[in-house]
Amino acid sequence: MSPFSLMKIALKALFRNRMRTFLSVLGIVIGVAAVIAMVAMGEGSKQSIKDQMTSMGTNAIIISPNRDRRGGVQTESAVSLEEADIIALRTEAQYIDAVSPMITSGGQAIVGNNNSPTALSGISADYLRIRNYEIDEGVMFDDEADRIAKVCVIGQTVVRNLFPEGNPIGKTIRYKSIPLKVIGTLKAKGSGDFGQDQDDIIFAPYQTVMKRFNATTEIRQIFANTIGEGYAEKATEEIMGILKERRQWTKPMDPFRVFTQEEMITMMTNTSDMLSLVLTVIAGISLFVGGIGIMNIMYVSVTERTKEIGLRMAIGARGRDILLQFLFESVMISLLGGLIGIALGIGASEIVRNVLNWPMKVSATSVIVSFGVCFATGVFFGWYPARKASRLDPIEALRFE
Amino acid sequence: MEKSPILSIQNLRRDFKMGDEIVHALRGVSFDIHQGEFVTIMGTSGSGKSTMLNILGCMDKPTSGHYILDGEHTEKLKRDALAVIRNKKLGFVFQSYNLLSRTTAIENVELPLLYNSKISASERRKRAIAALEMVGLQDRMNHLPNQMSGGQQQRVAIARALVNDPVIILADEATGNLDTRTSYEIMMIFQELHRQGKTIAFVTHEPDIATFSGRTITLRDGLLKKDVINENVADARAALEALPPPEVFDDEEQPGGEHRGEMSSEGSSNTTGKVRRREDAR
Repeated sequence: MSPFSLMKIALKALFRNRMRTFLSVLGIVIGVAAVIAMVAMGEGSKQSIKDQMTSMGTNAIIISPNRDRRGGVQTESAVSLEEADIIALRTEAQYIDAVSPMITSGGQAIVGNNNSPTALSGISADYLRIRNYEIDEGVMFDDEADRIAKVCVIGQTVVRNLFPEGNPIGKTIRYKSIPLKVIGTLKAKGSGDFGQDQDDIIFAPYQTVMKRFNATTEIRQIFANTIGEGYAEKATEEIMGILKERRQWTKPMDPFRVFTQEEMITMMTNTSDMLSLVLTVIAGISLFVGGIGIMNIMYVSVTERTKEIGLRMAIGARGRDILLQFLFESVMISLLGGLIGIALGIGASEIVRNVLNWPMKVSATSVIVSFGVCFATGVFFGWYPARKASRLDPIEALRFE
Repeated sequence: MEKSPILSIQNLRRDFKMGDEIVHALRGVSFDIHQGEFVTIMGTSGSGKSTMLNILGCMDKPTSGHYILDGEHTEKLKRDALAVIRNKKLGFVFQSYNLLSRTTAIENVELPLLYNSKISASERRKRAIAALEMVGLQDRMNHLPNQMSGGQQQRVAIARALVNDPVIILADEATGNLDTRTSYEIMMIFQELHRQGKTIAFVTHEPDIATFSGRTITLRDGLLKKDVINENVADARAALEALPPPEVFDDEEQPGGEHRGEMSSEGSSNTTGKVRRREDAR
């Protein structure tokens, strides 16, 4: 029997039991749509982590005090970073290109009637190089000349919020009642995929923030970058060595934690890989359940049509003709479900991306694989019912009521 | 009539295992059917005629003995090869028509040809139309089975049996579900096919149906009891014309149910016929 005739028979049988077909198709639709959407979610978050990391600066390193965790509570660390560490790293380290502290202070920036709820970051000029920021207009402050000067450099979002009419250079903003003179603006960097705006930023000299705003000498984080790619490990060792030596550290636990870009990417993509694997497995199970639905309905179909099978055999259908007839039917259910499921999965991913602003990335691989899996599901779950049909005895089948 | 038989069975036996017992359905039957013959196979319930028909129809294999159909020793063939024989050399007409529901008459008739990959779609259609014309249903080609009377459905089934140009048409109680008038109409078609040279084996247990054929083989207890040539073949058309006009509608049951040909007022009712024959098939 030609594939075309088989297809016609299968379509007819499926169309005859519309509701039943619809429900079996639905099982596959849900499974496939879930797989597509879950994979899109996983891929999307992985991509966004990578993007974010790259925008942070390719070879960035973050140094922070190693906090002791006990029972989920962070106890204050015994050691803290200080300005001398920065100077030591700048002068001694060979694998490090730039070093900058990072001190934040929360609050609101105000200019006249305009305000912007932006965190104030105390940094040294090197920070721009580490994080790939560039000056748009004006100048960057100088670590020595502007040591505790009341100056700042602002990102484009802050410019929009505080200076709707433009021309912020030379004007003054108030942050926690302290006036800061805007001496420069940053080029727009765009937003990271998790929604945080990288242009919603105010930079001021770190000493200014430490002394005038936070009244502390403690530095929570130091940012640095390596002299190039592939130096992350050497730079980490070197940093740890310098910092330990300065403190004559002997305890087994490291006083600081050094995060390299590579480590962060691996760590975060690992988490997201794990998550997407779990989600995909769950989605896969629902596809499997859909397959069982097909098998069930194919058994019903075979039993219901025993007499028809008997007749077809009597007029010359061979076992494999009958097998193919039913296999075609189950494959058509699963492929139809697959097509609708793929469309639905892509649609759902787009909606989630646009409405919830989640990073979603539908991969071509997941679409192709889903389609392949659907075909396999149809064959696999249709096989036993179809084989049962093909092995019927024509005499018995014709007598079946 | 040609010298070499189109169908030849020699010492055919068929045993069934029923639990510990062995039932001998056929105990060594031999006969030949020649090209162009119209043979009735008769026998009561349990005589082995259903078993015989299943073997003749290549749906069952004998325990021993030979069955040569159109020169082929079918007892040696495997399942798939038997299916090909059924497809190319045999035409079946069943008691309960066995048309595919929700499938038009012409598609039902085309069905056997679908399983023969050598026949193109246009050839298939052409032959199906020709077969339907032969049974006088050229006006109902696109009707569904449930839009047709029992007689019309059976005629579609006959067209389906003809479409592959079989060497023999096997009919299994083909008039069993029909009233007397329609039965005669169907017999008219079979007689017409016979006139055109078709070979027909017609299984029935109604003696009046047997009178329309040229030869009657009677089985009893798995053995050949009688094999007689009918010198005086009745004409179905004449029998039909002898019936009273069709508006006489009878529900009256006829005792014995064996002489349905005589008068329509004594014709056996459709339902009784059906029930009786179902028991027969088991």
